[in-house]
Amino acid sequence: MSFLQSLADRDRVFDFLVPEQSPVDVRHGPILYLEDVSVSFDGFKAINDLNLTIDDGELRCIIGPNGAGKTTMMDIITGKTRPDQGSVWFGSRHNLLTKNEPEIARLGIGRKFQKPTVFEALTVFENLELAMAMDKSLWPTLKARMTGEVLARIEEVLETVGLASLSRRQAGILSHGQKQWLEIGMLLMQRPRLLLVDEPVAGMTEQEMERTAELLLSLAGKHSVVVVEHDMGFVRSIARTVTVLHQGSVLAEGSMDKVASDPRVIEVYLGGDEEAA
Amino acid sequence: MPSSRLWLARPFGERSTLIFLAVLGATMALVVAANLLLAPEHPLHVSTYTVTLLGKYLCYALLAVAVDLVWGYLGILSLGHGAFFALGGYAMGMYLMRQIGDRGVYGDPLLPDFMVFLDWDSLPWYWLGFDMAGFAFVMVLLAPGLLALVFGFLAFRSRVTGVYLSIITQALTFALMLAFFRNEMGFGGNNGLTDFKELLGFDLSADATRLGLFIASGVALALGFLLCRAIVVSKLGRVCVAVRDAESRTRFLGYRVERYQQFVFVVSAMLAGVAGALYVPQVGIINPSEFSPLFSIEVVVWVALGGRATLYGAVIGALAVNYAKSVFTGVMPEAWLFALGALFVLVTVLLPQGIAGLLSRSRQQGSDDDSDTQPDTPTDTLDATPREATP
Repeated sequence: MSFLQSLADRDRVFDFLVPEQSPVDVRHGPILYLEDVSVSFDGFKAINDLNLTIDDGELRCIIGPNGAGKTTMMDIITGKTRPDQGSVWFGSRHNLLTKNEPEIARLGIGRKFQKPTVFEALTVFENLELAMAMDKSLWPTLKARMTGEVLARIEEVLETVGLASLSRRQAGILSHGQKQWLEIGMLLMQRPRLLLVDEPVAGMTEQEMERTAELLLSLAGKHSVVVVEHDMGFVRSIARTVTVLHQGSVLAEGSMDKVASDPRVIEVYLGGDEEAA
Repeated sequence: MPSSRLWLARPFGERSTLIFLAVLGATMALVVAANLLLAPEHPLHVSTYTVTLLGKYLCYALLAVAVDLVWGYLGILSLGHGAFFALGGYAMGMYLMRQIGDRGVYGDPLLPDFMVFLDWDSLPWYWLGFDMAGFAFVMVLLAPGLLALVFGFLAFRSRVTGVYLSIITQALTFALMLAFFRNEMGFGGNNGLTDFKELLGFDLSADATRLGLFIASGVALALGFLLCRAIVVSKLGRVCVAVRDAESRTRFLGYRVERYQQFVFVVSAMLAGVAGALYVPQVGIINPSEFSPLFSIEVVVWVALGGRATLYGAVIGALAVNYAKSVFTGVMPEAWLFALGALFVLVTVLLPQGIAGLLSRSRQQGSDDDSDTQPDTPTDTLDATPREATP
């Protein structure tokens, strides 16, 4: 039987027929590398010669005023928007500009959108189940059965994001903060190498913010995390390195203190330093 | 609560399936018994006319289940499912026409009457093979399935959703109606196919054949229901609900959404085709009016009345509305459409989850011991899909 199966397994006949599922190569340091990226919409340059490097396992915060190009940058990395020029590399092997959204998601880049979008009709558990990294084509999904491995992974993530006691509740009845955590959990189910988190604490209470900070800090190291955030207090509480975007390119980069004392940054934020202090 | 428990087999859902099958089986057994065992003058005797009428309703119910599968679970409001129903019906009708043989009015051994009437000298190529039952029954599945495959490939790949998709499905069935009205199409024009004699050698006017068709319709409904149920409770079913509520999010998780939509759409179209094929020998005619957009919209109304995303709600809705239609059109025919409209408005306003929502609510109040037992669909999700405008 297994001999027959191996005959049927045509992928194995020649090595070059094995689909490209190579791991992300981070031997040279960076996991994400953007060089000279530009994109314009109807003449408006949303991203202008952007250069950005994220190291493996790093927790990076990206700040910037409205319209600085933060969301557009995320769109480019995840394949939603194609840049007019420049190059975007994931590790030193994958050119992200040649891949579409699902392919990039499968490579291990997870994105959390600004507005939490969870599947409200499904339970917390089911939300995580759907997000699990596995074969997502039609037949395997139709025949999929709950295995111990999947169950263990779901429980692990439930613990990480602190929703274990709510696993059988419908996602629609969760609070705003809980939905955000569930969505981060859904990202974790895909075992991403790189997490893109868009404004995680918008609309959260003080306590929820603290828990979110703990959560993101606990993820760094195991994953590379990029956080886009407006709230300076929150950025200060988690940031190791901060990148300031302005008019589609990097204005300043460094530790929070260094960035906050940069006169150009102060000028852009027009008194934003008081808020940061 | 122990989250390690494998709780994915939803007790509520499985129980409702068993209840549904039990009620369906019991009702059918009663009808058959009342038809066969009771004397015609007995007050509880069910006439063969009524049996055939009920068989027709069961075909409608299967069609409603097919619509509920794509609308309730996948969020695709198809206003053209009548097209798949009619195509299945035409495939069956073509077989029945070939079975007439030389017993037609013109007595031509090969050509159906309408072709003789049109002075055609040979059978069009697409009528070949329909003298074989096996081929015809395969076409009952293939014709609607292929149309759904091509239509779905074009529509879902270009990410046409919501109201636009509904309008296109409506246009599809309307275009087919106009095409089938034409005599040159070779499907009998506006008269359609009729004057059937026998099916698989059984005389279609015989009581036993009519009873057999009624039972076949019930079995088809039960099997179709179980198939849909199996899809809905699988992980694929949960992906469908995810697509319904947040399509781009699902795509972002790495699911090829268009393939899921296409698969479920084709399955649903095939079910509709089977329903149409069983419908035709019972009513004795298939003509282009089955393609009419109005009929497809009516099907959607049945599902909405019965309750979306429950499957059994669609069955209840189809049976209830068609029974009401039979009664109403007998009493005051011109008021029926107004009554249907009023019913639809009332249910939408007062019972957003339809009759099934009413049932599950009262049942939950009856056994409100465990908050873990949740119905398949929450109150808020049905309202939370504003992109599907109901006609």
